[in-house]
Order: sequence, then C-alpha cells, then structure tokens
Amino acid sequence: MLSSLTNALAYLQLPPEQVALVSGIGCSSRIPAYTNVYGFHGVHGRALPVATGLKLARPDLTVLVAGGDGDGFSIGGNHFLHACRRNVDLTYIIMDNQVYGMTKGQASPTTAPDWKGSELTPEGTGVNSFQPLVIALAAGANFIARCFSGEPANLAEILVQAIQHPGFSVVQVLSPCVTFRPEQRQWKNLVRMAPEGLGTDIQAATQRLMDDDGLTIGQVLYKGNRPPYRSRKGCEKKMSELEMEFAL
Amino acid sequence: MEVNSLSVIVAGSGGAGAISTGSLLLEAAGLSGWYAYMTRSVGAQIRGGEAAAQLRVSCGPAASHEDHFHILLALDWKNVGRFAAEMPLTQDSLIIGDPEQGDVPPEIAASGAQQALLPMKQMCQAIAGGRPNMVAMGALAGLLSLPRQVVDAVLEKQFGHKGEKVLAASRAAVNAGLDAVCSLPEMPRLARPRRSAETRWILTGNQATGLGALRGGVRFVAGYPITPATEVLEWMAPALDKVGGTLVQAEDELAAINQIIGASYGGTPSLTATAGPGLSLMTESIGLAVASETPIVVVDVMRGGPSTGIPAKSEQADLNIALYGLHGDAPHLVLAPNSVPDCLFATQWAVHLAESLQTVALVLSDQALGQARSVVDKPADSIFPTRRLTAAASAVDKYQRYALTDTGISPMAIPGTPGCQYTADGLEHNEASLPSSLAADHQQQLDKRERKLALHDYGVSWADVEGEGDIAIITWGSCTGAAREAARRWRDEGRSLRLISLRLLAPVQPEKLASALSGVWRALVVEQTHSGQFQRYLRAHYTLPAQLECLNRPGPLPIRSNEILARLAKWK
Repeated sequence: MLSSLTNALAYLQLPPEQVALVSGIGCSSRIPAYTNVYGFHGVHGRALPVATGLKLARPDLTVLVAGGDGDGFSIGGNHFLHACRRNVDLTYIIMDNQVYGMTKGQASPTTAPDWKGSELTPEGTGVNSFQPLVIALAAGANFIARCFSGEPANLAEILVQAIQHPGFSVVQVLSPCVTFRPEQRQWKNLVRMAPEGLGTDIQAATQRLMDDDGLTIGQVLYKGNRPPYRSRKGCEKKMSELEMEFAL
Repeated sequence: MEVNSLSVIVAGSGGAGAISTGSLLLEAAGLSGWYAYMTRSVGAQIRGGEAAAQLRVSCGPAASHEDHFHILLALDWKNVGRFAAEMPLTQDSLIIGDPEQGDVPPEIAASGAQQALLPMKQMCQAIAGGRPNMVAMGALAGLLSLPRQVVDAVLEKQFGHKGEKVLAASRAAVNAGLDAVCSLPEMPRLARPRRSAETRWILTGNQATGLGALRGGVRFVAGYPITPATEVLEWMAPALDKVGGTLVQAEDELAAINQIIGASYGGTPSLTATAGPGLSLMTESIGLAVASETPIVVVDVMRGGPSTGIPAKSEQADLNIALYGLHGDAPHLVLAPNSVPDCLFATQWAVHLAESLQTVALVLSDQALGQARSVVDKPADSIFPTRRLTAAASAVDKYQRYALTDTGISPMAIPGTPGCQYTADGLEHNEASLPSSLAADHQQQLDKRERKLALHDYGVSWADVEGEGDIAIITWGSCTGAAREAARRWRDEGRSLRLISLRLLAPVQPEKLASALSGVWRALVVEQTHSGQFQRYLRAHYTLPAQLECLNRPGPLPIRSNEILARLAKWK
C-alpha cells in the first residue's frame, strides 16, 4: 500500500510539501508517519473531518485520507456518509482487512457474520457485513474503486486516477491482516479483475456492486461528475464595514 | 417620581411577538439615548410555548436586571404563569393584560401588583393588518417616554421593506397603543439620558463573540446547531463570507471540532461554537488539539445541564467539564467573558492566546450573555500583535515540530512549507514528532505543553478588579453584571467593596489573585451553579480569605444584585 501510494505521488510529480495525508487510529492509520508528506494522525474515526477542514481552508493542497475498516465504517461511519454527500476534493483510501488488528483481532463492520475468530464474538457477530462501496454510492460518492494491496501496480494506477478526480474519491484496498486473519493470504488467489472499467451509469454500477462478492478489483467501478464542494471565495471586505450593522 | 432605570417584561405565547416587541423597544430606547439590556426567556417549544422579553432601559450602562420589574405586559396569558419566578414583581409594579385573554394567572397576581387592562386585540380590529404586539409596543413606548419620532423611525427600519401597507398597519397599531397610555396608571418617569458623544452599538453577546473571533483573525468555522450557541454561527456565516472566510455546517460536533483542527493545521485560525452536550462530544478531540499543539478556539455558550437540561436558559455549570473534561494531563486555556461587550474582547483574546500558544482556548459564555441584546458603548479596538510562530522552509531532517524550547512554543510548519514535512500527532511523540512511548519523551512534552501556558504573561486582562476595601466579591461570567451592580449600590451607601471578576480561569493565576485580594479578610463567591463549582475550583488552586462564603444557585433564575447585597449585609 505504502509503495503504491508513493509511486502514485511520484507519478503525479507532486512536491511532498504540497501533499497532506490525514489518518485516524488503527494499524493503517499509522501510514502518514512512513511518508515524507505533511501528515496528521488524529483520533479514532475522525480523519475525514480533519481532512475536510484542511482541504476547505487550503484548497491548494492535495489532501489524502487513510484508514481502516473500523476507523472508517464503525466509529467514523457518520463522517463517511457525509463525506460522500459533501464531495470535498479528497481521496479516501480505506485499507480493509475485515478485522480490528490494533486491538488484537475483533470483528469489524466488514467482517462476515459467521467469523468466530474473536473472543469478543465467539459465536460470530451474526450481523450483516457493511458494504462500503454500495453505501458510498448511495451516499453520493462520485469515484468508487476497489483494489488489492497484492496488486501494487494496479493500486498505484487507481490511486493516480482517484487523486486526479475532482471531488471525493473512495478507494477500498483489500489489505490482508496475516496476523489475525491468516486465511486472507488466499485473497491473492481469490481476487479477480473487474470485467469492465469505468462506469458512469449509476444504476448499472449499483447493480454491479450489489451483486459483487467483494473480491473484484482493479477498476474504477463508478465515476460521476457532480461538482465538488468548495469553500466560497468571499469578497475581502474590511472589518469596519462589517461592524456598521451594530451601530445605532 | 423619576428613576434612572425602568424594567419591562413583554410576555406571551411563542409566535405572539413578545421577543420582537422587546427588540424594537430596545432599539428605540438606544436611539433615544438610553442604554438598554434585554434578555429573553423561552420555553423549549418553538411555537405554542412561552416567550418573554425582559427589558431594562437605563441612563447608564446596564448588564443585569433590577431587583424587580416595573411593568409586565402580557400579549396573552397562555403559559406565562410558568415564568412567575423569573419575573419578580412588587406591589408597585403594573401588570397589563388584554381583557379578551382572561384573568391574570394566580402565580403572577400573587405579587400584589396593580393591574390594568389594555384591549390590544380589540383595538386592532379597526386596523387592517394591525397586530396586538404593536399596540403593546406603543403602550410601552409611551410608558417609557420614548419619543414618537424615534419609535416611528424604528418601525420604518423594521417594516419599511415589507411595503407601505404593513408599515401603515404597524404605525396605526403603535399609535393606538401610545394614545391608550393616558388610560393606564401612572408609572415612575424614566430620567432623560445624558447625551454622549460615544458611538453606541446594539448587539447580542453571541454576535459580539462572533465579531471578536473575526477581529482575532478567525477565518474558518465549523459547527453543529445547538441552542443557545447557534447564533454565533448564524452571525458568522455571512460575515465570514464578507471577509474571505469559510463556515461549514458539520454533520455533528465530532466533525465540527475535527474540521477546525484540520483547518488550523493548515494555518487558518479556526473556531467552533457549541453548548454543553456538544462540548461533551468534542472533548476527546479538544485533547487532540492540545497534544498536537494545534491552535483552536471552542466557544461554549452554557445552558442548564446536565444532559439536555434546560436548553434555552442559562447556567454556569459547564465549568467543571471545561476545566477538567479532557483525559490525561491536557493543559489548555479557559476564558470567560463577563458582559455582552466583553464577549467580543474575551473571544478576540482567546484567538490571540490560542494562536500564540498553539493550544486550545475554551471560551465559556452562557445563554444569559449570548442571547442578551444590549445597547452598549462601542467596544474599543484591541490589538494583539503576536501571532502563530511558524517555521520557515528548512533543510530536510533538520526541522523538529515539537522542539523543546525555553518558552515551550515551537515553530509550527504550515503544510506547503518545503523541507519541514512532519506528522502532527495525538500520540505522544518526541521532538521530531515521531510517536514515542518513552518515559522521557512523555515527561518532556508534558512539561513543554504545561510550560508554554504557565510562562505566558497574561497581563491585566486575567480579571476585572474594581474598588477597594477589606471585603470582596469574587465572580465570573454573566454573574458579573449583578455583582457589579451590587458593588455600586454598596458603595453608594458609603461602604467599600472590592470586585474581582476572573476572565482567565485556566491556567490559574495564584499570584495575581493573591495581589488582588491583598488586605481582604472576607469574600463572597457568586456563581450560577448548583454545586458551587467555581468556589471549589478557587479553593483547590488559590489562597483565599479565611472567611469565604458562596452565593450559588443553579439556573435558570439569574442571581440579582439585591440577593448579593442581602448576603453582604449579614456580615456587618
């Protein structure tokens, strides 16, 4: 994941000081410290709001957000929905390993309901898994892709497109946690390239994502053209003008 | 009889126009040369609940209510009885009601005030589009001796843009009210104001807070609507647009606080405004701003708590959470404005301190201050020269974001600065901003964050200290208005009294308070809490006079100057 990201940034020839990588909490959220761009490692679940504030205050910067499935879809779920709706020009990279690794292996929102590997949920969660891309699409995201960390060249390529996309882009990266989910080593055999590329038809994309088993990768699965949310360029009035309204 | 201050309540069900009538009277009083102060009391409902505008018009600046109201005018009596405790009346007061709206409720009649009838609804029948609250406006303008031409000018300003018909109807109703004054009992006459050359402003505490933030340099605001803080955001939204800033309505308080942290990390002074429940949601991230040394300002317009409490009414009971709510040892600034105009100064100062010290400044306003609309002398321009200490471009690997400096303040690289890339972190870190769980790094960074606040010279603004004598009132926030009035009345009787109103609540200033209390043997702490939070805080951190008493009461009833005087009188 890290090498794909640095390759994507190198390809885009972005000066490191013009890029900011914001994260929350979790194994994947440690990624800013491993890069040479500006980083912000915040609290659990709140990477998207930090990035939103940063981008709106500093539209000149390229702002990326990184995190995991717990950070993004559980504690940060509300922000995920509203980031998709708001459509600020951010690239959100979610490293999904269907487990809470940092707290030693509990179920995450994307964990299958019958996974019995956690002492917290020894009988499985019994709860349907969260479908990030379907939900992103329904919430209004305009750039949706799924990649696999074991396909770094493809991942870098998709990241380039996501960063170039004006508005909010979501890239779900299947990132095996071999410590707590060793069976995910099999993902390299199970993932498959999506048969077709760019889709702009929201109904077709919805259908495709609903029918998907979560293992098709490598393509931009939906791309819309809703204009991004930008801070308004206000006029520069003097404070004294503003204060006139209070004078009797 | 001539008085220097007259107090009036306009009450009625929500939507009947009580608050807008009060606001129009306030403006007319201000234009006529008086000072005025208006608080509002509303029920939790938007419509159908109760609403009252509590107005005081006076010859000198007013920042609190009198012991009792001279006039209570009810547009109707629906639920107004619920307010009885908030509207003290005496036998000398006058209750004005509309005969069509029924009898004065027993809780209010029990005051023994004289009663008079004004058939507002009936008087409107002859006026197409006339509204009873405009008749009330006319009657009250007459009782307050507001000049007709000023009242007319206010109507023109308020209704002129709605067309000649609306304006004419309002004028006719107001005139009917003015003409009816001769049928009402005579009231004390308000002394003519002395004309001053000073420019007067009319504004609410929440507007003053917003303006203070802008004067301080805030150009990014994120917030989530909550009573009674929303008006800070509502005033700032178009204002920021005019001065080149941004306001975002966030999805929740957690988003709001983190958005301002992100914007400030990007170099833009940032603020959010909230009230108790919102502050609770924000506390984790306030700690993040402290740890990552990202300057932010958080305004908490306090309301009755705990939980959802009494949203539309005032209390000072968020003090504990503001001081102690963060986990870990997280030194931050807590400031409190003590009047409507001071909302401007305290917030501007808060922005300056947050930016200079790269930390969190929490501003504790409250509903009474925030929603009070007041005619005041134009607040002075304050200039705070220091700004955020930023880092210039430097060679790679040399820049240390959290470098240990004597002042505790380290130059902050703003994204975009070449060669200074670092990751700001809520994890404990070393000087180079790399996560660290080493005891030495933790100790050093805790020391540094504490040191920068402790070493800063906060000057004279830490408190307002007035008067002399060997007894003192110690107070803060909106209670200061009543305490100041009590002190004035006490001194008017030839006695001395010191008043200390703390503006900087954290970090503590033990030497400054000791000096302010020098020679004082007995002090009264005045605060609007149930448990005496402020008194406990003072006792924990300061050396205080051996004789210390506390006058504390929870909201929503404001503490009045006569209560304070009664406590002081017992000391003789």
